[in-house]
Amino acid sequence: MTEFTRLTSIAAPFPESDIDTDVVIPARFLLLLDKAGLGQHLFHERRHDRQRQRNTSFVLDHPPFDTAKILVAGRNFGCGSSREQAVWALADFGITCVIAPSFGEIFFANCFKNGVLPIILDAELYDRVLLVAEAGAEMTVDLQTQEILLPKGTPIPFAVDPHRRRALLLGLDEIGMMLTDDGADIEAFEANHRVAAPWLFLDCDRREEVKL
Amino acid sequence: MTGRTLYGKIWDSHLVKNYEDGSSLLYIDRHLVQEVSSPQAFAGLALQGRAVRRPQANVAVADHAVPTRNRANIEVGGLAQLQIARLEENAARFGIDYIPIESRHHGIVHVIGPELGFTLPGATLVCGDSHTCTHGAFGAISFGIGASECEAVLSTQCLRQTRQKVMRVWLDGALPFGLSVKDIILAVIARIGTSGGVGHAIEYAGPAVQALSMEARMTLCNMSIEAGSRVGMVAPDERTFAYLEGRAMAPKGKLWDQALEYWQTLPSDADVVFDREVRFDVSELTPFVSWGTSPEESAPIGARIPDPAAESDGVKRLRMQRSLDYMGLTPGTRLEDIGIDRVFIGSCTNGRIEDLRAAAAVIAGRRVASSVEAIVVPGSAQVRLQAEAERLDRVFLDAGFEWREAGCSMCVGMNDDRLRPGERCASTSNRNFEGRQGIGGRTHLMSPAMAAAAAIAGHLVDVRRMAGEGHA
Ligand code: SF4
Repeated sequence: MTEFTRLTSIAAPFPESDIDTDVVIPARFLLLLDKAGLGQHLFHERRHDRQRQRNTSFVLDHPPFDTAKILVAGRNFGCGSSREQAVWALADFGITCVIAPSFGEIFFANCFKNGVLPIILDAELYDRVLLVAEAGAEMTVDLQTQEILLPKGTPIPFAVDPHRRRALLLGLDEIGMMLTDDGADIEAFEANHRVAAPWLFLDCDRREEVKL
Repeated sequence: MTGRTLYGKIWDSHLVKNYEDGSSLLYIDRHLVQEVSSPQAFAGLALQGRAVRRPQANVAVADHAVPTRNRANIEVGGLAQLQIARLEENAARFGIDYIPIESRHHGIVHVIGPELGFTLPGATLVCGDSHTCTHGAFGAISFGIGASECEAVLSTQCLRQTRQKVMRVWLDGALPFGLSVKDIILAVIARIGTSGGVGHAIEYAGPAVQALSMEARMTLCNMSIEAGSRVGMVAPDERTFAYLEGRAMAPKGKLWDQALEYWQTLPSDADVVFDREVRFDVSELTPFVSWGTSPEESAPIGARIPDPAAESDGVKRLRMQRSLDYMGLTPGTRLEDIGIDRVFIGSCTNGRIEDLRAAAAVIAGRRVASSVEAIVVPGSAQVRLQAEAERLDRVFLDAGFEWREAGCSMCVGMNDDRLRPGERCASTSNRNFEGRQGIGGRTHLMSPAMAAAAAIAGHLVDVRRMAGEGHA
């Protein structure tokens, strides 16, 4: 995962509330094999009309917002099914930070697994950010200092779980964290386990007998 | 020290460490890899340049998307073929054993794991599929996981998990003639509800469980997820050991003896206190069928469709109404008067040899109703071969059933076998959700014997009555 330290970008305003993961990426795209390329299906129904033609009035297809790396979303963003594809599609599109008044719980957790920073802001601060986004001006999200810097006014502080913050700063996904923090413990456990329950380790010669 | 549960013993022996937030790192012994949930996990590994920690702890097989007829004609470049090809490539690239669809070991992951002896008592086993709870029938902690978790297991052999509470489902009494374990589990789910097991691992125990074959125990554990529980378990016993001895990947010789000695210590201690306990007497049961779009919406075959107007809870009333609208059913209709268009015998719930025997026993010498299309899809190539050796295929074919190759088939609308909109199916699978067997399809869950009886009658029917109608 790439490190997330400081991100400067314009932000796409999409303040509609209760956007569920079916809207973020419809179920029929779940059969695709890759994470890469999912971005083209992000918000598919919103970005296409009934005849499946591109409908460029959607904010992400509307320059300059088509290059935004930040999404200013509405209340309860990412609710609904647990599909991780919702985050993959956002990340593949190039959005690595989502700012909203609240999030769907699983979506929120899935963001951190995939290098995307979700930020929850109180109404007053959120409104300031939304205004800047709507004006098409740049803002900077600094994870080191845990602040959002707007063109004018005082920086906006935000909270983030320390464990998850560290993972994003170092570009470690959950697996990367496990490998760095728990690698030695896993190694030690596995060595003992191999002695205590050798029959669970198929790496022995026995495997040869099985012709699959 | 107070006693420990089967779940607790396996958990303790796989605990790598506890984290401050109350979660734990759990070591995973076995991982079954299938085509639908694994591509992104492998892509993630490739992207990070990571290896699979223990390739030998994995077995890969394609089951969800595979066609069950005309396999040779699989559409090249079609989604199914691409998914299967991708799984094979990934397996080769990461050194994992892959079971080709032509192999005599091929089948649905949850059928072949036990057949190969890959599933063992006391082990932790995962797969990117929610019905992984099936393997708990052998006394293992076994559960379904998501795409990121598959990737975590591939690269670390561990998962961050929270220890579950344990609920014991105690089954007393002897199962009456004509009934099967599917009737038990549908009745249990109808009673405790689809969220009855949330947050709990279920341990099934009691005389009625001990009396069940391994196949039946797998059906029981398989449906745990429909009661909201990711883990279902049965303590290993002589029957478990007899099933496993000599299986291709089961331990042999000295290792077998060593394993056996350990496995015998696994059952929950006599003095253990469960977090929750529910009891059932199975001797009073009658065959169960589902009538709605959730497995808990099931009733004895002699019942009528319930009336939402009689439901006092507003939320439940709406849910019932929605189910009946989708199912095209009216309150007060006798379940036995519901006509069907299709019959599906198969899936990881009821695609094993005993299931096919039970269905064949009902069908022998009879014909499928002319209005019904019926298929039998063995859960694995082994099941198919065994059934053919017993000439069960002839029984099905002679009655007018189609006899297919192994796969998930019509359990899930992800391959060529699907219901058409509005079609009604008597199905031995596990989920009757809207659209599960095809867009607009209507599913009634039941046992293999009941599905077979429905195929003959052309409508839902009490199989016990058919058995009484003496035929040649
Ligand atoms: S048979 Fe059905 S429930 Fe079982 S693994 Fe296949 S799709 Fe899932």
